[in-house]
Amino acid sequence: MNILVCISNVPDTTSKINFTDGDSKFDKNGVQFIINPNDEFGLTKAVWMKDSNNASVSVVTVGDSSAEPILRKCLAIGADKAIRIDSDAKDAYSVAKEIVNHCESVKYDLIICGRESIDYNGGLVPGLIAGYLDYNYITNCVSLEIESEKAKCAREISGGTEYSECDLPLVVGAQKGLVEESDLIIPNMRGIMMARQKPLDVEISKNINSRTTDKKFFKPEEKGEVKLVKSDELDKLIDLLENEAKVI
Amino acid sequence: MAVLVYSESENGKLKKSAFETMSYAKALSEKIGSEVICVSFNCSDSELLIKYGADKIINIENSNLKEFTSKTYSNVITQIIDKKDISLVILSSSADAKYLGSYLAGITDSTYVSNVVELPESIDPFIVKRSCFTNKAFSSTEINGDLKILSISSNSYGAKENNGEGIIEKFEINEVNTTFKVSKIEKQSGNVTIADADVVVSAGRGLKGPENWHMIEELAEVLGAATACSKPVSDMGWRPHSEHVGQTGKPVASNLYIAIGISGAIQHLAGINSSKVKLVINNDPEAPFFKAADYGVVGDAFEVIPDLIKKLKSR
Repeated sequence: MNILVCISNVPDTTSKINFTDGDSKFDKNGVQFIINPNDEFGLTKAVWMKDSNNASVSVVTVGDSSAEPILRKCLAIGADKAIRIDSDAKDAYSVAKEIVNHCESVKYDLIICGRESIDYNGGLVPGLIAGYLDYNYITNCVSLEIESEKAKCAREISGGTEYSECDLPLVVGAQKGLVEESDLIIPNMRGIMMARQKPLDVEISKNINSRTTDKKFFKPEEKGEVKLVKSDELDKLIDLLENEAKVI
Repeated sequence: MAVLVYSESENGKLKKSAFETMSYAKALSEKIGSEVICVSFNCSDSELLIKYGADKIINIENSNLKEFTSKTYSNVITQIIDKKDISLVILSSSADAKYLGSYLAGITDSTYVSNVVELPESIDPFIVKRSCFTNKAFSSTEINGDLKILSISSNSYGAKENNGEGIIEKFEINEVNTTFKVSKIEKQSGNVTIADADVVVSAGRGLKGPENWHMIEELAEVLGAATACSKPVSDMGWRPHSEHVGQTGKPVASNLYIAIGISGAIQHLAGINSSKVKLVINNDPEAPFFKAADYGVVGDAFEVIPDLIKKLKSR
């Protein structure tokens, strides 16, 4: 079985969010980039499937050479092969289209993305890929078992879990639950050494035009000071929630 | 040219988000001078949307579409888009709506933008404000493409009454073949879900153990709220994973978020940031959560919560 895991290179959660070029671009200065956490849950699952399903696992990202350390880390975690599509990740549409183009030349039975990236939180890429390729699609995926070309999977829904079945090929939006945080694989020295020998191919971009453009970023208005209420004056708190904030 | 709204329902009744998306679509349609069509599936009360601006109401009654799947629903919506000259599709930001929206954008080769928080500031070029970087920033985003799909952040626009023409239309669909079948749905019944709740009561390690959650549940019951918890609490198995809110858990966009005994790690704040009003109850006055809060009580949860429940009950 052939698995592709799509990796997004995102600013670490604790990064300071600042903008440059007249507030039209994210300021990468001094920002630590990590594998998007939701992608990492998916990658771990894929690496497990090398044993359980005799799968071969490729990882792909759309980005410039600064994204390569992240791909090397994926190889150290256990992916067999990495592909970098050499293009700026302009928007979800252009990223999805680049990956779709790649998937038209190399066939995958299973494509795993994170349910959303932690920078733009759009959750678009897995659905777009599935829609363009006309593959089955599940997101918020918390369980996945594949046997003889059939997938049994589960999706977290509001207030519960939905179980479903479908044929391959399938696109999955992964999240915590598919594997647990404690399952995430921390690369060991052997893995890191082996990763250096594994192929990291650079593919030429098809130069897809973006369809969305960030004209201007801005930060939320500064928050006012917290209003503290003494713990023996809860009537005042209820009054504030009821009459000032009007939320109860 | 028309605006299409996907009106979500559950057990045959419209969900709260259906009124908000309809209100948004109505205001948008007035800006561009077009009509608003809403589509629902196996919904018995979709005519309620007339009061929120629906000009045409299409309800698809079909026993094969009882269970939502992104493929079958987006296929039906595509048929309506083709027949009705739709240029904009409005969705909520529920997990189902986002599941649907991205797939729909793929099969219709259209442009989808999620987390939209306001009406467009301009129609030509089409520019909307959306949240990004887990609500630490906003972007004015220009959207190109003949067909645009927008997901509206919950509680960002609100439900606003505004009468529409309210014509009920029949729409014949061609059913789609798919191997994707929903086999089973497990749902807790009776409880308010985090996604639908106006108020969320959330607690962390400060509660000291799962045996103390009865007071959290009681407070939630008094407020008609959903219960939630921090990541360590779900990791330790005190509460189910489904209650975990934060960056890798569920997002919260309620009107009121009450955090009890939660210090306010950045990953937690990332998930609850879009809640409108935050109340923090913590015995540590240095807890970082107070910086992100609107209201705060420095005190022992084991004294404050029972007292608060008593006072709310006697209101």
